[in-house]
Amino acid sequence: MTPINGLTIAVPRGALFGDTVDLLAGLGLDTEELSKNDRKLLFEDIGVITMRPSDVPTYVEAGAADLGVTGKDVLLEQGGRAHNPLDGGREVYELLDLGYGRCTMVLASKAGPDPAAEALRRLGVMRVATKYPRIAAHHLEETGRQAEIVEVKGSVELAPLTGMVEAIVDLTATGTTLRENNLVVREEIVVCTARLIANPVSHKLKAAAIDDLLTRLRGTAPARERESAGRETAGA
Amino acid sequence: MIHPIPSGTRDVLPDETREVRAITATLLSVFERHGYGEVYTPALEYESVLARADMAEAQPAYRVFDESGAVLVLRSDMTVPIARVVASRYASSEPPLRFCYFAHCYRGVRPQRGQPRELLQAGIELIGAPAPHGTAEALTVLCHALDATGLKDYRIGLGDASLFPALMASLRVPEELRPTLLDSLVLRDFVGLEQALAESGLAGEAIELLLSVPQRRGGPEILAGAPAEADSAVTGLRQVHELLERAVADRVILDLGLVRNIGYYTGAVFEVYDPALGAPIGGGGRYDELLGRFGRQLPAVGFALGVDRLHIALAGEERGTGALLAREMSGGRT
Repeated sequence: MTPINGLTIAVPRGALFGDTVDLLAGLGLDTEELSKNDRKLLFEDIGVITMRPSDVPTYVEAGAADLGVTGKDVLLEQGGRAHNPLDGGREVYELLDLGYGRCTMVLASKAGPDPAAEALRRLGVMRVATKYPRIAAHHLEETGRQAEIVEVKGSVELAPLTGMVEAIVDLTATGTTLRENNLVVREEIVVCTARLIANPVSHKLKAAAIDDLLTRLRGTAPARERESAGRETAGA
Repeated sequence: MIHPIPSGTRDVLPDETREVRAITATLLSVFERHGYGEVYTPALEYESVLARADMAEAQPAYRVFDESGAVLVLRSDMTVPIARVVASRYASSEPPLRFCYFAHCYRGVRPQRGQPRELLQAGIELIGAPAPHGTAEALTVLCHALDATGLKDYRIGLGDASLFPALMASLRVPEELRPTLLDSLVLRDFVGLEQALAESGLAGEAIELLLSVPQRRGGPEILAGAPAEADSAVTGLRQVHELLERAVADRVILDLGLVRNIGYYTGAVFEVYDPALGAPIGGGGRYDELLGRFGRQLPAVGFALGVDRLHIALAGEERGTGALLAREMSGGRT
C-alpha cells in the first residue's frame, strides 16, 4: 500500500466521507481499512488523514496535508472579509469541483406569511439563526437588509420554531428536514459541492504529482456527479 | 503577574533572539557583499504618502492621529517607504541604487489563525535596474542569501504579473470580465475561474488557454509550448532564466500562474518555497511604476523574506520535520 503519487490527502468524515472514499478507491488507493475503521485518524501507509470537514482547510493550509476534500460551504464560511473581495480567507488552491455532496445554502422561515419579512418591515431588523454566520451576514449585507445573526451549533431548525429568530440560513440537500419542521425556503443563496483543495507550497513543489491526480480525477468526476445527485449531504 | 500583549505580537527572549540574530547577520553580510546598503525608515508614516502606492492585500492596517490631527499609519511593508526615500533623498542620484533592510512591518490579522500582526522582514530593493538583468540580480542575491543561512531544500517560484492580463487582452476577454478572472487567480480559485469562463461566452479555445496557462509550472520546458498570446511575458521569463547562474537556475520553478496579491507588481514576480513550511517564506518582484508615483520614474525589483518563517524552515530542515518534510520521509519508507 502506498499513497497516491506520494501525496497526503485530508479526507472529511461525515456526509462527504463515502463519496470521497469511493473516489480514492477509483484512483487505485487501498481504502479497505479507511472505510472499516472509523476511529482511526491517521492512515499513514495510504497517505490519508481524516477529520471533520471544517478542519480540512486548516490542515491543508498548514501543509499537514498536500490535498484535501471539503465542501464549498466550509470554504465560503472560512473565507475573507465581506467588504474586501480579494481577501480570500484560507491560503489554499481550489483545484476541482468534485460534483458530489451537492446541497444549497438557503434562507428559510416558518411556513405561511414570512415572519422575516414582517420583522424587517415593522422592526427594521430580522433575527437569523445559522451555523454559517459569515455566509449569512454576507448574503444579508449584499441584499441590503439589517440582520442580527445568532450563531448556533446544533439543529438550527429549532430556533425559528421557538420564536428566538424569524429565519435561518442553513444547508439543505433535499429539503426534507426543513419540511418536517414546517419551514419553507425563501431564498437560495449558493449551491455547494465538494471541492479538491491544495496547499500552495505543495502545489508548486509537487506539481507533477498533483497535476497527474487532477487529470485522472477530471476523467471520473462528471460520472460521480450524476451518481450522487440528490443524496442528503452537508459539509459541516 | 501576567500582563497581556496583543494577539499576533510576541516578546522575543534571548535563546530565540540569538538564533534570529545569527540569521539576520548572515543575510546582511550577503546583502552587503552584493553592494546593498542597509537603511532604516520610520515605522510610522503619513497615510497620504503611502496611499500613493497600490498595496491591495498589504494595505496598512493600523492608523493613529498625531497631535495636529494628521493620519499616521504603521508601515505594512518596506518597499513603499524605500520608494519614498529614493524619490525624496536620492532625487538626482545616478541609478542603480541598492538598499537592504531588516524591519518590522505591521499587518491586520484574521482572528484565531495564528497570524502575526508584527513581522520582521529582511529584504533588498534594486532601484533603476530594468528587466531582465535587474531581476536576475535580485534572484541571485536571494539564493546566495538563503544558501548562506544553510537552508537546503528551498525552491523559487518565478512568474510574471503581466502574463495573465496580457493573455486576457490578446484573447479579447471583455473588459468587465477581466477583474473577475484575475481575482479568481489571485484567490487561487481555479474552480471559480472555470465557472466564470464557462459563463463568459468566450470561444472554447480561449477558455482552454485561460484555464491551462496559469496551471503550467515546472522547468524551462513549460515555456516552449506557451501560447503566442503570452509572448512578451514568456520571453521576459526566458531571458531572466538564461541570465541565471546554474545553481540559481536549478532552484527556479517557472510558474505561469503565479500572481502576488500586491497591486504594485508589474513584471516578474517570485516566491520562496521550502518543504519544511506550508506557506511561502517570502517573495518579491518587479515594480517598474511604483517609483514614478513618488516622482522618480525608475524601474525596480526587490524581495522580502519573513525572518520568522525562514527561522521555522531552518529549524524544520535541521530536525528533518516540518509541514511537507515529515510526510515525504514517511512516504519514502513505505
